[in-house]
Amino acid sequence: MADLQSQNYIRRSATTMTPPTTRSNVEEVAKLIDVSRCIGCKACQSACMEWNDLRPEMEEFQGAYENPHDLNPGVWTLMRFAEYENDHGDLEWLIRKDGCMHCEDPGCLKACPAPGAIVQYANGIVDFISDACIGCGYCIKGCPFNIPRVSEKDHKSYKCTLCSDRVAVGLEPACVKTCPTGAIMFGTKADMKDWAEERIEELKERGFENAGLYDPAEVGGTHVMYVLHHRDKPSLYSGLPDKPHISAVIGLWKHVLKPVALAGIAFAALGAFVHGIVSGPMEVEEEDEAEARKEMERRAKS
Amino acid sequence: MTNSWQDIKNADLVIVMGGNAAEAHPCGFKWVIEAKIENKAKLIVVDPRFTRTASVADYYAPIRPGTDIAFLSGVMRYLLENDKIQHEYVRSFTNAGLIVKEGFAFEDGLFSGYNEEKHTYDKSSWDYELDEQGFAKIDETWKHPRCVINLLKKHLDRYTPEMVSRICGTPQDKFLKVCEMIASTSSPERSMTSLFALGWTQHSVGAQNVRSMAMVQLLLGNIGVAGGGMNALRGHSNIQGLTDVGLLSSAMPGYMTMPKDSEPTFDKYMETRQFKPLRPGQMSYWQNYRKFFVSFQKAIYGNAATAENSWAYDWLPKLDVPDYDILRAFEMMDKGQMNGYICQGFNPMQAFPDRGKIRRSLAKLKYLVVVDPLDTETANFWQDFGPQNPSDPASIQTEVFQLPCTCFAEEDGSLVSSARWLQWHWKAADAPGEAKTDIFIIAGLYQRMKAMYAKEGGAFPDPLLNLTWQYADPDEPHPSEMAKEMNGRALADLKDANGNVILKAGQQLDGFAQLKDDGTTMSGCWIFSGSWTEKGNQMARRDATDPREAGIAPNWAWAWPANRRILYNRASADPSGKPWAPHKPVIKWNGASWVGFDTPDYGPTVKPEDSMGPFIMNQEGVGKLFARGGMAEGPFPEHYEPFESPVDNVLHPKVKSNPAARVFPSDREHFGKGEDFPYVGTTYRLTEHFHYWTKHAKINSILQPEEFVEIGEVLAKEKKIEQGGWVRVWSKRGQVICKAYVTKRIKPMMVDGKPTHVIGCPIHWGFTGVARKGYGANTLTPFVGDANTNTPEFKAFLLNIEPTSRPPAIDLAHGPRKAGRSA
Repeated sequence: MADLQSQNYIRRSATTMTPPTTRSNVEEVAKLIDVSRCIGCKACQSACMEWNDLRPEMEEFQGAYENPHDLNPGVWTLMRFAEYENDHGDLEWLIRKDGCMHCEDPGCLKACPAPGAIVQYANGIVDFISDACIGCGYCIKGCPFNIPRVSEKDHKSYKCTLCSDRVAVGLEPACVKTCPTGAIMFGTKADMKDWAEERIEELKERGFENAGLYDPAEVGGTHVMYVLHHRDKPSLYSGLPDKPHISAVIGLWKHVLKPVALAGIAFAALGAFVHGIVSGPMEVEEEDEAEARKEMERRAKS
Repeated sequence: MTNSWQDIKNADLVIVMGGNAAEAHPCGFKWVIEAKIENKAKLIVVDPRFTRTASVADYYAPIRPGTDIAFLSGVMRYLLENDKIQHEYVRSFTNAGLIVKEGFAFEDGLFSGYNEEKHTYDKSSWDYELDEQGFAKIDETWKHPRCVINLLKKHLDRYTPEMVSRICGTPQDKFLKVCEMIASTSSPERSMTSLFALGWTQHSVGAQNVRSMAMVQLLLGNIGVAGGGMNALRGHSNIQGLTDVGLLSSAMPGYMTMPKDSEPTFDKYMETRQFKPLRPGQMSYWQNYRKFFVSFQKAIYGNAATAENSWAYDWLPKLDVPDYDILRAFEMMDKGQMNGYICQGFNPMQAFPDRGKIRRSLAKLKYLVVVDPLDTETANFWQDFGPQNPSDPASIQTEVFQLPCTCFAEEDGSLVSSARWLQWHWKAADAPGEAKTDIFIIAGLYQRMKAMYAKEGGAFPDPLLNLTWQYADPDEPHPSEMAKEMNGRALADLKDANGNVILKAGQQLDGFAQLKDDGTTMSGCWIFSGSWTEKGNQMARRDATDPREAGIAPNWAWAWPANRRILYNRASADPSGKPWAPHKPVIKWNGASWVGFDTPDYGPTVKPEDSMGPFIMNQEGVGKLFARGGMAEGPFPEHYEPFESPVDNVLHPKVKSNPAARVFPSDREHFGKGEDFPYVGTTYRLTEHFHYWTKHAKINSILQPEEFVEIGEVLAKEKKIEQGGWVRVWSKRGQVICKAYVTKRIKPMMVDGKPTHVIGCPIHWGFTGVARKGYGANTLTPFVGDANTNTPEFKAFLLNIEPTSRPPAIDLAHGPRKAGRSA
């Protein structure tokens, strides 16, 4: 039997492909996280661990409610807590469920050099296919939201799958099902945007004049969206990017270097370059960024 | 809860004070969110800390722990002064106009009748002036200086916004903003719901905290209405059931009370339980007490309870003290007066105050039986777990029996929710290992004791030998058999007024209205009557249909009493029977009877013009702004400082703390003073954990792994405490060494001109389980309880704090340290 999900691929990393077209009735989905009705109870975190059989290490307390302290290969979603004093001197405790945003234009997929290690389905979900992952960590660099994490144990990269296994059979993601206050909703992207509109209107009535939907155009929109009370300052929410962007290095990689590299991989499977890649995440310095940008500009002109 | 979880959605204003609903009741909190979204409700949080609930609130005001009565008295004063009360409701449905007898007084912090030696009140002056027929006198014009509303105004006069701010540390503008928002619900169409929990009850003035808000709600006309009420959010899924079936030493099932030494005969017992109406035409439903009592005696003693032996009254224990609460039990253990302890469904080493005293007391027992699904700290109190449990096993002779038992999901039964719903549940999994049901364990104990009494006689075998025990399997009765007994059944054919048989002998009762005091009915818990009728198990109903989305859903499970979802719902309609809020009616008078989606809390055909009050359990028929003798420390709430407090009582320095609270002399010596312990401590729960259970669960422990305290940035700076750094926190009773969470969510409050810092102590860690080991916040807390309930004062006490370094690691990977092994 065919892997039905693979029939829904619309993108596949490091691959030039013609998407299968037989299955034509797939709608784009989205998870809507209404920050204004989230109480930070971590039921979503707990459900994520349960459904995906994750048991990350029990860490120490470090002076915050974030536990574990960051996303890691066993932590695909994490509640982040920010104490913010607003212009009136009143405290706001801005709690945000962090995890993969499932970008319409996924930087991770663009950056990935391993054929088929990252795919995007017709419903918009961006998924990591572990058996094809080479653990190079380019996806981390490619991600505008700093989400994927490479395991030191198996050298594979991990992140939220938007419960692609559940969604494929008509269920909502585990976090959505468990959320006690309905702060996490799931449905077609169109429906979620409609619902967000209502919520934003209500928040404006309550005095949050800058309330708005976080569905950043910079990455073509996302399949995980937030309703924010302060859409004008996303970074208040534990560093949600005000203007997410895919690193210029990725552009360079995609348009210039990848064809060369792929050829290299094809002809010399275990060269020193590849060894370097699989040993750990790629580190990109500021200078590299600048270099890459220059190279892109030069090529654009020529 | 007077109302239900779903009904919260009908509120226009939700106030969370004395609780942290989002944190402790995240699932139920969905209805607050529903109210906000669907009903445009506002949410107020008043709390010492900016809590998870505050994170989604429309307005937050800080308050110093233990000063809620001052705050709420200030609210009442505001409502009265600004004429923001619901006049017709207050006039018709409260005792505002009733006249209090001469001799009632309040002076320098004490009400009339105080006995300084016994720390108790003679409450005879706390009552109404009666007319010749024994009815309370009334002044409908509210002009009489001794009518309740005028005495109340006089009592509240001291609680000005300035005074509230001085005592509570709440900035005046924030206090007044809260008053203004609350006052908006004095209109008949608008309602406010009060959601509270242990943040009010765990104080030496806990019951009066709750009562203060109940009075606010009466003044606003918010009791009995949709989206209103006093809603106690219970901690365990079945703790409501615990109180319902009378698992407190002074209580009997259905809120009847245990006999006292001074009541040697049944007649004497009933003398003070007549509940004669105090106003003409009132129902005063407790007049049926005798029926409830006799039916209970028939349930436990069957044929052995007869009219001739006063329904076996002599076989009931008689209390020689007001109650044998947990504090008294451990005081007695400590004094060597209690030598054995069967500890079932409790973990006192974590849950009771002053852990050092608890550990010391357990070590004086001859035997301790722990019945629990988990390996608790209590069962292991005698083992040396290092500084977090420094016991010396060699010096402890207590014999400990651990009887593993099932969890709720491993047995059938019912759970009573906060909303008084009895919901049947079905066994989902077999229990692991040797675990047995609690019923099996208790039945086994009973059978063995009965056999011993039968064989050896004993001082007084009758109460045990005469118990009825007619179950299919006497060694393990099924929960359904007990549930049927709770409901009750006819012991003879029951006939109506025309002589027609309505129930045959042996049939299940339809409800408590059928109970008799002549021995022809039995019921183990009268308020549960109706839960398992001839129609079957009503608790197992799962029809979620909710007509007009009223939040009633009358066919889902079953609510006591009589499947009533909103208590006092007669008060949702005006005196003529028209709903105050026509857009959210509960019941109304249709000219012939009371109708609505909910069961009327009233005579179904009592006409509005009969002037029967809506509070049918009260002898007055109305809500009590003046409590008569119902409370231990006074008919009006008064601000008393916690037993450990950094400031004097500015209202009456001579009477600082609750004068009627019971304090054991040895514990009085263990209260700290402000000069040594300058910071206010308070304990609480975190949403990641459930009490002391989930530290045994891996996922919960990953989400909140380690013991910590929360302190504000100003205090951290003063004390040079770093974010996430190690601190030593100590009270007069013990110390905790843990991490610090420095947060903007706790700010110093100006109390009587002095900045006052709060240290928050989450309670979840101990020395068993998979989470990191902790000392437990109860190491710090004082051994004193509420004057009415003896609920320990966990929410306000004194602490000191200093930075320290990481303690050396102790290897407990292979269990506790052996006796004599050095640290």
